[in-house]
Amino acid sequence: MVASPFLLPSLIGFAVFSFLPLLISILISLTDWNGLDELTAKGFLHDHFIGLDNYKSILQSDEFWKVLKNTGLYIVLYLPLMLAVSIAIAHLLSRPRKGVGVFRVIYYIPVLTSWVAASLIWKSVLSPKYGAINSVLEIFGIQGPGWLLDERWAMPAIVLVSVWKDMGFFGLILLSGMVGINKSYYEAAEIDGAGGWTKFWRITLPLLTPAIFYVLIVSLINSFQLFPQIMIMTDGGPNGATQVMVERIYKYGFRYYKMGYASALSWILFFIIMVCTMIQMRGQKKWVNFDT
Amino acid sequence: MAIPIEWIPKEPTFAAYIKVFSRFPFLKTIGNSLYISIAYTLITLISASMAAFAFAKIKFPKAELLLKCFLATMMIPTQVTMIPLFVVMNRLGWINSFGSVILPSIFRPFAMFLLVQQMRTIPDDFLNAARIDGANTFQVYRHVALPLCVPTLATLSITTFMESWNDYLWPLLMLTDKTKMTLPIALSTLNGQYATEYNVLMAGSLISMIPIILVYIFAQRSFKSGMIAGGIKG
Repeated sequence: MVASPFLLPSLIGFAVFSFLPLLISILISLTDWNGLDELTAKGFLHDHFIGLDNYKSILQSDEFWKVLKNTGLYIVLYLPLMLAVSIAIAHLLSRPRKGVGVFRVIYYIPVLTSWVAASLIWKSVLSPKYGAINSVLEIFGIQGPGWLLDERWAMPAIVLVSVWKDMGFFGLILLSGMVGINKSYYEAAEIDGAGGWTKFWRITLPLLTPAIFYVLIVSLINSFQLFPQIMIMTDGGPNGATQVMVERIYKYGFRYYKMGYASALSWILFFIIMVCTMIQMRGQKKWVNFDT
Repeated sequence: MAIPIEWIPKEPTFAAYIKVFSRFPFLKTIGNSLYISIAYTLITLISASMAAFAFAKIKFPKAELLLKCFLATMMIPTQVTMIPLFVVMNRLGWINSFGSVILPSIFRPFAMFLLVQQMRTIPDDFLNAARIDGANTFQVYRHVALPLCVPTLATLSITTFMESWNDYLWPLLMLTDKTKMTLPIALSTLNGQYATEYNVLMAGSLISMIPIILVYIFAQRSFKSGMIAGGIKG
């Protein structure tokens, strides 16, 4: 049997949409090209080549470290909250009860919604004076914060919306992990007199660690790639409090026309994601339980 | 927006929906989104399943190495290839053409990976039996391997359609003409123009959600029947 006709479409796609762009991206990142000037092979290296200057100036800029700090704040708030909420959802939906099917669909609706539509809705809900959240808080006599307009509250607000959007997806992954746990463990624990809380901490959680590991890997990678919610809800503001990597790459490339600088940023993003994923992979032996 | 907030509107009205359609070619936008997402999903399924068939069921030199190369690209964030691809598309004059958004579906390593896993579980005897009956390689792929992958293909079609329907960054770069935009891009444009008219924005958002929820409910059903169609006794 001949493999080549079957492989041809993917091979062409790999070359055109992945391999060649990667090579071109490395080259662009070594230049000060603005994305508009005529680009010829000779002129390219002659007029625009600046070596590693883009990478140097990124690492030396205050903005880059601020962007990392913003992303760090997002991760520190988002990961524990998202994990707690999606484990709770998975736990609630794992038991056969009346109406559980309806709730499985309801929790999944935010996942189905586009980020743009979700961000628009939340932007109105979080609106400081007339938004739904602050209107509810006002009933209890609490003066709500400015949310997306307040430097301190903008990133926490983005975290809140992101948890709402992602909890259904990660909840579903954890749910399938929970359903796969052998029932006999629970039966044995019940005979020994374990209560619901003990069963959850001593059986469900340890046996769920492979699924939790997967969720952490995926969600950390996603955390470095926030984009639509930032663009629609804050556009990086207020005062740069929600500037993140992909938003910077987009703006440097397509608003400020610094394609070289943007390409260098994208390679730094790749490097950060790779290092974080490798650290997680290394650490998994310490806490992930693979014997079910 | 009513001030103070009216939790249950006293006079419900569809005016915002009419506004959405009158101020923006919204019907065209929905058509664009449907066209792009369906084409994107079909090409993904065809291309990925063909490659998966080659990797799982045909022996050829350096197969493992090639598969590893393909899968390794999953680690690279799309933002890295986005700028050079934009430059190339711009040079080719493909900005504002649907092809620029649809064609990248030809190489989707994640879909390929799932299908390779699925096809590896098909016993070779099934394929050999068909071959003895005189089927050529393409017929074996089309009439034996593909039907046995229906559950995976169904799942993939839901997730791929959703991804394409909701995609934001790449269409934002490619589709700048009002008549070419997809729903998320049109909505973000509305956000720029009518930032204070929440009723119009909400109407647009809701319209954008309806098809995807319908697809989900519909696909869930066909997903179940797909399980039955694929479950040949081995």
